Amino acid sequence: MSAIAEHPAAKGSAERTERAARAWRLWITAGPGLFWIILFLILPSLILLGIGFFSIGNYGNPHLPLTLEPFREVAGYSILGWSPGNIEVILRSLVQAISAAGLTILLAYPVVFFIVAQPPALRPLLLLFVILPSWTNQVVRTYAWMELLGPDSALSHLAQAAGFIPAHLGLMPGILAMQIGLTYNYLPYMVVPLYAAAEKLDWSLVEAGRDLYASGARLFWSAVFPQTIPGLLSGIILVAIPAFGDYVVPTLLGGGKSMMIGALIASQFLQTPNWPYGAALTIFMLIFTCGGLIVFRVMSRRLGSSEGSMI
Amino acid sequence: MSQPAVLTPAPVAAPAPSGGIRGAIALQGVSRVFGGGIVAVDRIDLDIRPGEFFTLLGPSGCGKTTLLRMIAGFETPDSGRILISGREMQTVPAHKRAVNTVFQSYALFPHLNVADNIGFGLRMRGVAKAERRARTEQIMGLLQIDAFATRNPAQLSGGQRQRVALARALVNEPEVVLLDEPLSALDAKLRAELQVELMRMQKRLGMTFIFVTHDQHEALVMSDRIAVMERGRMLQVGPVLDVYEQPRSVFVAEFLGLSNIWTFTARPGNIAETPIGPVTVTAPLGSATTAMIRPEKIWLHPEAAAPSDRPNLFPGTIREAIYMGASTQYNVELRGGAVILALDTNNQAAERSWRPGEKIVLELKPDNIMLIDP
Repeated sequence: MSAIAEHPAAKGSAERTERAARAWRLWITAGPGLFWIILFLILPSLILLGIGFFSIGNYGNPHLPLTLEPFREVAGYSILGWSPGNIEVILRSLVQAISAAGLTILLAYPVVFFIVAQPPALRPLLLLFVILPSWTNQVVRTYAWMELLGPDSALSHLAQAAGFIPAHLGLMPGILAMQIGLTYNYLPYMVVPLYAAAEKLDWSLVEAGRDLYASGARLFWSAVFPQTIPGLLSGIILVAIPAFGDYVVPTLLGGGKSMMIGALIASQFLQTPNWPYGAALTIFMLIFTCGGLIVFRVMSRRLGSSEGSMI
Repeated sequence: MSQPAVLTPAPVAAPAPSGGIRGAIALQGVSRVFGGGIVAVDRIDLDIRPGEFFTLLGPSGCGKTTLLRMIAGFETPDSGRILISGREMQTVPAHKRAVNTVFQSYALFPHLNVADNIGFGLRMRGVAKAERRARTEQIMGLLQIDAFATRNPAQLSGGQRQRVALARALVNEPEVVLLDEPLSALDAKLRAELQVELMRMQKRLGMTFIFVTHDQHEALVMSDRIAVMERGRMLQVGPVLDVYEQPRSVFVAEFLGLSNIWTFTARPGNIAETPIGPVTVTAPLGSATTAMIRPEKIWLHPEAAAPSDRPNLFPGTIREAIYMGASTQYNVELRGGAVILALDTNNQAAERSWRPGEKIVLELKPDNIMLIDP
């Protein structure tokens, strides 16, 4: 009888130890990652957010009193009145990011399906050739493009001869060079998720499409393309977001007339120091990107194909 | 149950170019060799009649699926000719053949709902929207899937997917429907249901069905004619009854149903000297070297009441009695140690069933013993 009376209490304590052990395991596994994110993402973001509300000191450093001036400046207002400069930078960044995503899509599809068409043993090697350049530093790769597109390069001579650009000028700096740089740098980030989708493609659907009178482009759009949508959406996210805020390519290949938001932010901390303004720009970009992601996610949900994508 | 006139039975005798008949298929010396010299299909000649339910039966790897894929246009024969409705198919790609396939995996488009899946072929052929809809709705009604029209394939059960896959092929009113083991993923009861439905649909629409299966029971149930294949060769083609009752090779006899098979040496007076002893047969021995009898054709007598004035009486002992519901399979050991399979129906007239250890006498009637040439 006493054993039965003791039983619930014993069970309760066992449950408690079990729960404690589970909590302990949770901290062990999730703890380091959580610590990392808090220390290097959340905390710096909060600091930046804070800096955004300060006035500018003598050396560009944050200074009291607190003010909303940096955010007004992001919106284009300064002591000289309103200017569309920032909106232009944001729109340019957006256009560059979207067209980089578009160009990488156009380049990635043929590459991916060429690789998938090869014998399975050969595919990882071919994929490696696409990924390999991204193992070197982005700055180094972009410098290489500076050489390739500079005024004395073969490509520039060709463009000069064709009357595409005036003599003695190079293909860089400029919008075109920037676009080439971005597309080149981010191509692997489109190829890899697309390849993942294409490799596990259900080819019986392609046969079903052929069996049901589809061929050529219609076969691709009806039986192949829908199966690659999850990879495509992941690729767009992986390319467009970093391209939107890219700093190296616009700085090295873009030149002064084609400022992008990443370069604009960097210059607030490095060249004409204005930390509060730089911080406000960063916070704005963060919110803008998150908003873009949400819109993208809603759109892809509506497409009914967000299954398996990374967002 | 009268149907609108959209899905009328195919006109069986409609003349096709070069004198062919709509829905007829002719294979002439068709071969397919894969990389590494594997001969998947080996010089096959075959004529399939319009409106016929024809089954390609064989173990996996026998080439039946490759043969079907060549008719569909997914594979190209390395030699030989394929004619559909009298038209040479050598240069006709899959999407231009009046042939539709029901795939083993169903291969439904996951991004399209049921109605759009079924209407896909009509849309690709440029059939106007109104007609497309009418035909899609009608076939869905015929296969009782109209309730799922707006669902996605992922939301359907296996049997429902199977019906959608069938509807997607039939709605195009093809000359020939190719079915690649379409029932293999279903459970036994559903499979039996769909077998009957497939047969009914085929008879009603009058289309030629070519059905691929490794399941001999399925082949027997559904087909008008079957072809038994092994290692790329066609061993025997004929009506189901003929192939089952008169197998022309040991492989066919063993693959299609149960059988007792013995090699023998011929003795005068239509006597075959087999390992179980001399067996009297009706047919002339000719060049045959193997004798076969189906287990259900063997008579079982109680030892006490066994006849003694007939040929081919073999006393033995029941070793195992395997109850299978409608019938019981007996493994009977003869005096020499050989084992014979006998099948007895558990019908109302059956006086008794036999138990292991009981002594009985088997009677092999000479008429029921089939001879197989080497």
